[in-house]
Amino acid sequence: MFDKFQNNDRMLMLFFIFLVLAGPILLAPLGAGYPDLLQRFCIFGIFAIGFNILFGLTGYLSFGHAAFLGVGSYSAVWMFKLLTMNVIPALILAVVVAGLFSLLIGYISLRRSGIYFSILTLAFAQMSFSLAYSVLTPITNGETGLQLTLDDPRILDAANTSGGLPSTNFFGLTMNSTSKLEFFGMVFQFNVGFYFCAVMLILAFYLAMRIFRSPFGLMLKAIKTNQNRLNYTGVNTRPYTLAAFVISGMYAGLAGGLMACTDPLAGAERMQWTASGEVVLMTILGGSGTLLGPVLGAGFIKYFENIFSKINESVLHGWFSFLPDGLEDLIVWVLHFFVGKGWHLTLGLLFMMVVIFLPGGLLQGAANIIDWIRGKKQSSSTQISNPNSMPAE
Amino acid sequence: MSILEVQNVNKSFGGLKALQNVNLSVEEGTIHAIIGPNGAGKSTLLNCFIGKLIPDTGTVNFDGHSLLGMKPHEINQTGVSRVFQTPEIFSDLTVYENIMIPCFAKRDGSFCLNPLKRVKSEADIHEKAEHMMEDVSMADKRHMIASSLSRGDKRRLEMAMCLAQDPQLLLLDEPTAGMARADTNNTIELLAEIQNKRHITMAVIEHDMHVVFSLAQKISVLAQGTVIVEDLPENIKGHPKVQEAYLGGAH
Repeated sequence: MFDKFQNNDRMLMLFFIFLVLAGPILLAPLGAGYPDLLQRFCIFGIFAIGFNILFGLTGYLSFGHAAFLGVGSYSAVWMFKLLTMNVIPALILAVVVAGLFSLLIGYISLRRSGIYFSILTLAFAQMSFSLAYSVLTPITNGETGLQLTLDDPRILDAANTSGGLPSTNFFGLTMNSTSKLEFFGMVFQFNVGFYFCAVMLILAFYLAMRIFRSPFGLMLKAIKTNQNRLNYTGVNTRPYTLAAFVISGMYAGLAGGLMACTDPLAGAERMQWTASGEVVLMTILGGSGTLLGPVLGAGFIKYFENIFSKINESVLHGWFSFLPDGLEDLIVWVLHFFVGKGWHLTLGLLFMMVVIFLPGGLLQGAANIIDWIRGKKQSSSTQISNPNSMPAE
Repeated sequence: MSILEVQNVNKSFGGLKALQNVNLSVEEGTIHAIIGPNGAGKSTLLNCFIGKLIPDTGTVNFDGHSLLGMKPHEINQTGVSRVFQTPEIFSDLTVYENIMIPCFAKRDGSFCLNPLKRVKSEADIHEKAEHMMEDVSMADKRHMIASSLSRGDKRRLEMAMCLAQDPQLLLLDEPTAGMARADTNNTIELLAEIQNKRHITMAVIEHDMHVVFSLAQKISVLAQGTVIVEDLPENIKGHPKVQEAYLGGAH
């Protein structure tokens, strides 16, 4: 049934749209219903979807994708500074610049495959990071990061300048405006920025789905399994890999641009290798080569980073206060290694378990659970039906 | 008329002379077998045809133009397909997808940026792929992942992938290696049928003399990097030079 469900694209798309748009309601009980985190889910979801087109589909492991994210952010902020606070021109510039940048890096890196390709992309990303920190300070504002200032030209917005720094908007809708709704004691927050990111995520997901189902996507899958055969089948693999690289670079640029839209500043640390590594983790954790997997992985990691890291000892004491004192202290002492600052430990263990037991990622885990439940249902139903089917003598 | 013309090809790896002044001409519409003991340079020769290796000297002309200096995908696009010694297939994809890919490559050329088209709605490709699967009788295995096929089926699949491109010249590197007798006979039948139906020129490397003599219309015997005899099958069997090459001396 799960396979059928995955093959049924329309169902998958509707399910995804529902999941994303209902995000603020679904995630509120988990403590993740606030706009800042929801936006990050969407942004990193886009980043991971794009990365998956290169890694999951084509089989090229890039360790430098954060460079495109950073480039996207810088471009968007420059657009805010020079032209207008509307997010659309900023995003267009972010995607275009990231695309051109990835064309350059891809053209060089894709001369090699396997580990050499990974190392080349890593080198380029670290180079970009260092340059953004030092030589390119006039463009990137170095360590401080690129920020909006009051004396920016903002040519198109010049007419309506008020005292403070303007905020990003989508044709007048301010990104950081939030309407709150209280319901059964829970506060649901509906934020313009989130819904803008959500729409972008849905579009990005739809585009990825089209790519997966296209002849172009089939060729990318073929590159992953046997590049040699494809060459001897009359296909030039270089432009295919380059196109996949540029597309995923543009996705990263879009994600970077959205980051700047929700919070208009850009720092060089977004390009660091840890950020590149994070998207690799997201994709593998969720299930590389699948459509939903990367988004799931991105959500998981961001949830851990923001929620698990907030759980401290006093919260734990609160949870286990029903236990006798000695036992409570012991459990809290054991668990405190895994939460708060130790969230990396939990994530690491989880990642190890996924890689060892679920090579298809969390999505495969979900599929297994569904199959298992169905199998159990079937076997119990056959057990019930068996006595009936036996002829009574 | 010869479709493949090989003249004075030399290739050495370091000090080893793998091919020395090889001359070969494959007539259009025939099955040409290349036989010879292990290490005679048969596979090296085939690799020179498909652009995997570049000969040190000599010429390789296919259908009137030189193949030298062309990339593997360019050579394939001119109409040369190859079946490898160990089947080279897209092992993570399904049988059907495996056959669709060469159909796309044939129709769209070596690169086509069409990320927004749907595979589903490519009627002509589906028609051709279905047809091809019928031809090699693999239609019932269409949804199987290629890596789970038996060895014989993998070979058949690879052959189907090559044929789906309607090549002018099909190169086969030991198409029956490691097959049971029954499978070997099936393969012989399949190849003979292909030749009858489609008139595809084939160059076959083979060890199994049963296969060679039931298929080939012409045979070249390669030994130590040179063609020692090129003749009709009936003249090859008793040829003293061939016996010398295989048995290490005339008896």
